[in-house]
Amino acid sequence: MITAFGFVLLTLLLATAVAVVLTTNLFVAVMLMSIFSVLMAATFFILDAADVALTEAAIGAGMSTILYLGALALIGEREVRRPSRPWLPLAVITLTACTLVYGTFDNPLLGDPSAPVQKHVAPWYLEEAPRLTGMANVVTAVLAGFRAYDTLGEILVILTAGLGVLMILAQRPAGERGPRPAAGLRHHLVPRVVGRLLIPFIVLFGLYLQFHGDYGPGGGFQAGAIIAVGIVLHALLEGEPAGRAIFPTRVLLGLMVGGATLFSGVGIAGMLMGGNLLDYAPFGADPVAAQQLGIHLVEAGVGITVTGTMVAAFHAFADREHPA
Amino acid sequence: MKILGLYNYWVFALLLMIGLYAIVARENLVKKLLGLSIFQSAVFLLYISMAKVEGGTAPILRHAGDVETFSNPLPHVLILTAIVVGISTTALGLAIVVRIREEFGSVEEDEIQARIREQ
Repeated sequence: MITAFGFVLLTLLLATAVAVVLTTNLFVAVMLMSIFSVLMAATFFILDAADVALTEAAIGAGMSTILYLGALALIGEREVRRPSRPWLPLAVITLTACTLVYGTFDNPLLGDPSAPVQKHVAPWYLEEAPRLTGMANVVTAVLAGFRAYDTLGEILVILTAGLGVLMILAQRPAGERGPRPAAGLRHHLVPRVVGRLLIPFIVLFGLYLQFHGDYGPGGGFQAGAIIAVGIVLHALLEGEPAGRAIFPTRVLLGLMVGGATLFSGVGIAGMLMGGNLLDYAPFGADPVAAQQLGIHLVEAGVGITVTGTMVAAFHAFADREHPA
Repeated sequence: MKILGLYNYWVFALLLMIGLYAIVARENLVKKLLGLSIFQSAVFLLYISMAKVEGGTAPILRHAGDVETFSNPLPHVLILTAIVVGISTTALGLAIVVRIREEFGSVEEDEIQARIREQ
């Protein structure tokens, strides 16, 4: 039954992807991409990746759609289709697709427990992570504990990309200014009432994921994305200036940099206290408690940076004057 | 059964190529970014499919004892962070596209190149 459901989801994914490429209205393409992300999140969930499904649903279907729409408002949603000759690219991708599909015949089948990928470090993580960190969610323990180096690097990439967005869009075009962005959905009764009801629960759910990432699915990445969606929803309902009044750019910059600083600070603190970079063992006499303290601090840093970056990117697009 | 066991990988290959087609064959820069997102999602699907263990469950060991097998947590970690990095870089790409639109008045690649040649 589950297998059949997964089969249908994957087929729908293919159909949605083809539709995204074929449509000439970019607004339609972005909406289809949102559906694509929801289908992808469901597929991840079926494949036992609860944490990844949460992230994909919050980021792919939520934040990414909002950012694309914010950009489309400045770009325009018509794609000019001209008579092109797609035969060369079509031939190349058909050939590559055939090669890739041919290659899959040597792959271990889906769910094969004796596949090489299941034999390497995964059994060690599953066996030792709960004992060493006291955390039920192995994904969180690996993300912020065993592989915290990776995560630190990724947080710095997110920070850099966020700063890049702010810097690129800080440059105002010369010449005539178009109309300022509209004043939100304040005059639309239904979105306003329903949205206002939802915002506290969205933020509460985000905080729950932040603080219970060790116990169930969740963690800083998911929490940051969901809290950012709540804040952005407020800005969409009340108008961009009202949202910016609560979170001015300097506060958002502070969140972005502060979270990354907290993460690296935890790593350096471990070094100063006699361990290695991102070694949590010196934080306490009890090794399990020290690991938990380190992982929670690092996850807090992740959540803060992700929230700041997402909201800052939204404001960077929403605040911009429309082209004249 | 072999078809069902390989279907995830076939969908990966096809999604990858659909994304690549949008990047190569479409002139619109936003469409290229959407293609890049599809391409990226295909890679995510490959990793998560490889992590699946038959009869396993999500690697959350709260009820350890009831269930014995868990899916591989490592690809989950890699993809979880990659999704958030992906949206950040997409935002950066969109910001560049917005600036291109303001400078050249178009987001169609051939029109932009024609305008560059004029200058």
